[in-house]
Amino acid sequence: MIRTFGFPELLFILDGAKWTVLMSLAAFLFGGLLGLLVALARTSKIRPARFLALCYIQLFQGTPLLIQLFIVYFGLPIIGIRVELWLALITGLSLHASGFLAEIWRGSIQAVPEGQTEAARALGLGYISRMRDVVLPQAFRISLPATVGFMVNLVKGTALAALLGLTELTRAGQLMSNITFEPLKVYATVGLVYFAICLPLTLVSSRLERRLNARG
Amino acid sequence: MSQTTIHMNDVNKWFGTMHVLRDINLTVNKGEHLVLCGPSGSGKSTLIRCINALEEIQGGTIEVNGNVLGKKGANVDHVRRDVGMVFQQFNLFPHLTVLQNCMLAPRRIHRISEAEAKDKAMHFLEQVHIAEHGHKYPAQLSGGQQQRVAIARALCMGPQIMLFDEPTSALDPEMVKEVLDTMVGLADQGITMICVTHEMGFARAVAHRVIFMDRGEIIETAPPTEFFGNPQHERTRAFLSQILNH
Repeated sequence: MIRTFGFPELLFILDGAKWTVLMSLAAFLFGGLLGLLVALARTSKIRPARFLALCYIQLFQGTPLLIQLFIVYFGLPIIGIRVELWLALITGLSLHASGFLAEIWRGSIQAVPEGQTEAARALGLGYISRMRDVVLPQAFRISLPATVGFMVNLVKGTALAALLGLTELTRAGQLMSNITFEPLKVYATVGLVYFAICLPLTLVSSRLERRLNARG
Repeated sequence: MSQTTIHMNDVNKWFGTMHVLRDINLTVNKGEHLVLCGPSGSGKSTLIRCINALEEIQGGTIEVNGNVLGKKGANVDHVRRDVGMVFQQFNLFPHLTVLQNCMLAPRRIHRISEAEAKDKAMHFLEQVHIAEHGHKYPAQLSGGQQQRVAIARALCMGPQIMLFDEPTSALDPEMVKEVLDTMVGLADQGITMICVTHEMGFARAVAHRVIFMDRGEIIETAPPTEFFGNPQHERTRAFLSQILNH
């Protein structure tokens, strides 16, 4: 039986979109936290920490996201670690995000003028306060366009979860296309939903940028 | 005036193979005002940056208020809390307002309440005549105003020693006076001051001793009348004729 593309089919796609949003949020959160630690290690005074952070960044930037996901989901069980699909996806996406965000933030931290750190040191502020109160707020502003650009890419990158069998937005679209034989309508809808997820990110980012720039 | 607050003993420093400070011996007494001058690259900025450990030294020791720098495990933070520093490029925190710039370090280090930090900040902002700009961001102020905020920010930590690293060199000429006036006012209060500057009028008015440095060495140290009136060394005379004759 061939179904037409109607409201139930749309709901099915939106249900898939729920997973896309959840995966994206989890990857931002965990990838962001991990990425911040790696960025701090990459800019630290301790040589081995810098080197390890460099290796970490190279590893995750230099290999495809899909392969990273395959290794976590299909590879780890071979050495005896069974991972739930959901956990595997969040782990893979977070690791991937942390590598890219670390490198974006590393550059932003280094773009904050040296005089800022010196002034903070001269006031007697320790490392934690220097970073939290002086360097990171300025680095955040510098990194904003690149960070949001990466986040938008990450949202779209979650489509790879379809290849591991999760019915997220893209996979939901595939299934609906297969039963309705209306690929144009279905995939246009899927595209619009991705767009609707990414649009707020860029809007919030440009508003934030304007507000931060108003300070001169 | 007799109490020693800074004692530099055979201090040596290299940047790579460049010997930037050579056997520096210098004693600064409590309440004393020193002016350091010399050609660019003579090591004068590096010398004062060593006093609050922004630069490491490779030889000798520096004692600041009884804390010894240049040894392993030296308590750098203790020294920095006693020493305020004002930079050529102001180095205000651009993402914080004038008030927040002044409140940050006292809040974090002395752990005082927000209200107390604000009172203290306002007190010193009034002293440098800029309290009405407390809510503004640094970029909304002129260079001279920014430098006065930087002075207030350093004073909020209650330093016993103030270091000035060419505080007027980045300013437009019409703003130099307001910053120098602020520094003169500070000198009148008896704080220990070391200023790297080429403002010789300021040196004459405020300094107890003027120090001339060249190629990493202290060449001459003298009270201003003697330093300007009867310099002993050829290099000092050459330097003075270059900066005074125009």
